[in-house]
Amino acid sequence: MFDHKTLNKYKAIENKMYQVLDNEGKVILKDWKPDLSNAEIVQAYKDLLFERTVDLMAVSYQRQGRMFTYPPNLGQEAIHIAAGKVIRMEDWLVPAFRELGAWLAKGVSLWEIFLYFKGNEEGSKFINAPRMLPIAVPIASQLLHATGIAYAMKYNKENSAVFGFVGDGGTSEGDFHEALNFAAVWNAPVVFVIQNNQFAISVPLKMQTKSINLAVKGLAYDVPSVLVDGNDFFAMHDVLSYARKQALESGTPFLIEARTYRQGAHTTSDDPTRYRSKEEEEEWALKDPVQRLKGYLVRQGLWNPGQEDELIAGFKKAIDAEFEKAENFREYELDSVFDYMYHDLPDELKKQKNEYQNYLKLAKGGVK
Amino acid sequence: MKVMNLVQAINDALDLKLREDRGVLVYGEDVGVEGGVFRVTEGLQVKHGAERVFDSPLAESGIVGTALGMAITGMKPVVEMQFDGFVYPAMNQILSHVGRFRNRTRGKYSVPMVIRIPYGGGINALEHHSESPEAYFGHTPGLKVVIPSTPYDAKGLLIAAIEDPDPVIYLEPKRIYRAIKQEVPEEKFTIPIGKAKILSPGEHITVIAYGAMIREVQRAMVMAREKGIQVELIDLRTIWPIDRDTIRQSVQKTGRALIVTEAPKSYGPAAELISCINEEAFLSLEAPPTRLTGFDTVIPLPLGEKYYVITPDRILAEIEKLVNY
Repeated sequence: MFDHKTLNKYKAIENKMYQVLDNEGKVILKDWKPDLSNAEIVQAYKDLLFERTVDLMAVSYQRQGRMFTYPPNLGQEAIHIAAGKVIRMEDWLVPAFRELGAWLAKGVSLWEIFLYFKGNEEGSKFINAPRMLPIAVPIASQLLHATGIAYAMKYNKENSAVFGFVGDGGTSEGDFHEALNFAAVWNAPVVFVIQNNQFAISVPLKMQTKSINLAVKGLAYDVPSVLVDGNDFFAMHDVLSYARKQALESGTPFLIEARTYRQGAHTTSDDPTRYRSKEEEEEWALKDPVQRLKGYLVRQGLWNPGQEDELIAGFKKAIDAEFEKAENFREYELDSVFDYMYHDLPDELKKQKNEYQNYLKLAKGGVK
Repeated sequence: MKVMNLVQAINDALDLKLREDRGVLVYGEDVGVEGGVFRVTEGLQVKHGAERVFDSPLAESGIVGTALGMAITGMKPVVEMQFDGFVYPAMNQILSHVGRFRNRTRGKYSVPMVIRIPYGGGINALEHHSESPEAYFGHTPGLKVVIPSTPYDAKGLLIAAIEDPDPVIYLEPKRIYRAIKQEVPEEKFTIPIGKAKILSPGEHITVIAYGAMIREVQRAMVMAREKGIQVELIDLRTIWPIDRDTIRQSVQKTGRALIVTEAPKSYGPAAELISCINEEAFLSLEAPPTRLTGFDTVIPLPLGEKYYVITPDRILAEIEKLVNY
């Protein structure tokens, strides 16, 4: 349970971090009770395992040459699964590009994600995920979209919040600051979540900012801000729930710094051994989000680790089936290059498309 | 009908759409209480409320990025960039998102928004207040770009832009904001985006221009007529997509073409129009299609601007050169 009093206790300016579980999964807060039923917590753990399994398999598909560049989520799953539990269908999810579990909870299909990273825009349509934006590659630019959506939600008197994600590097971008400032001035219900995974590709946080932490960046804009253990499912769930509630009740933004660690590479194109030490990786491995929730469940007698292998084997089958669906997706046609640029294809683009089609007819042998 | 200048016609179009469609919002820097630095939005906040017509924080990327967010929910934001030279901080949003969201999401989301930008020189302004950035937008996939040259077109094009399902960059020739008055219907009407207009027919040479350059060309035409030269003047009105049909038909008839723009020369709109003429009417040409444009320099501060701005005399000289080629 996280409330106004807790918020006052965990002052970002004093660098206090909200944390529920220790590394072994023991509850360290006095009088703390989970907001979720035991069955829901077990499900959350399964979701964590599922995201991790997807992620490891995605990297292996990429290594096999069956998919292009992919940004792994390894180590950051607690943030995503907690967000997935808090974000409702009527809320908007504005992702950066490393929130896999939250996307799935919003209704994104796994085959779409694979299709996208295989290089097809059809994979960012997210047909069963209303109010979910596509991934945003230009860093922090998406947060302004979140603020604009929130203004529209408030204007239309909709009872829904907007969740906008960004990484630690993104807090150096102007759009991050503009988005917080606009949201504060407009009283727009946006929950900003910074996934501070310590690195922007190879650049460590200390090269990014002199601030004591990233949460304090919200304070100057009068945005309530809190630093949270991002590897702690319960801590994330508590704070996200509170942030959503307060966004809806007072129509104001909220900033969360979720402190975590990217256990994998930035994307499959980079090699983290060039810029970080083994000792650091080992230190963070002790705080692994999946192990911590597992520790809690085992302690409570809610989980038998013996059942895990079978569960993961089942996941793998399902994931492979989704990947196959992506592999068997219809071929990328020329029409798809042109037809979505405008509502009605302008004559200029019709002409360019026709010219190419005529070339194809003459070339006969197909696209060369 | 009511006599209006461009400022009044744009204001009238905004007022009409604000009345008609609750999804239309107007915001930007100083557009609320002040009514805009050029008074284009004057009175709109009082009429439609501060929730729909308002001042935003001073951040152009923020203005455009938030408008995109509103637009994908189905709203119709019409945002103002205070001056041409102030749009640059918003270029990442415009180039990376505004023109791409429909394509990126395969049509799931669209961006029905309008970005209004007063543009062009000739008003004795500070640096960054006299730029002609239309080529950047015309070069950007996913956008449409329009520029009116009369109050009538200003109203009709703006209503069309607001009703368009895709993002439109609406550039306002600030130099003639109050210089031209015309009868404009008070009721609703639209000017189709993508259609140029032949302002006056002629048989010797086609001149293509838009925005504030139209008036300069018309002054040159008076002098040309005295010399027996009949100019066909095309007001392009839409920078992208280009109306190839009107240009083709005209140049096939006259065999000669001059493009007049304030924008810098290299890689500019005039180059694009000349390519279009070469593709469409090459065999009809009696002379090389020619451009009279701004220099590839920064537009000078007011005391030097006289060298940069395109005058009727310079236009006439080019017309004569081409006719006598």
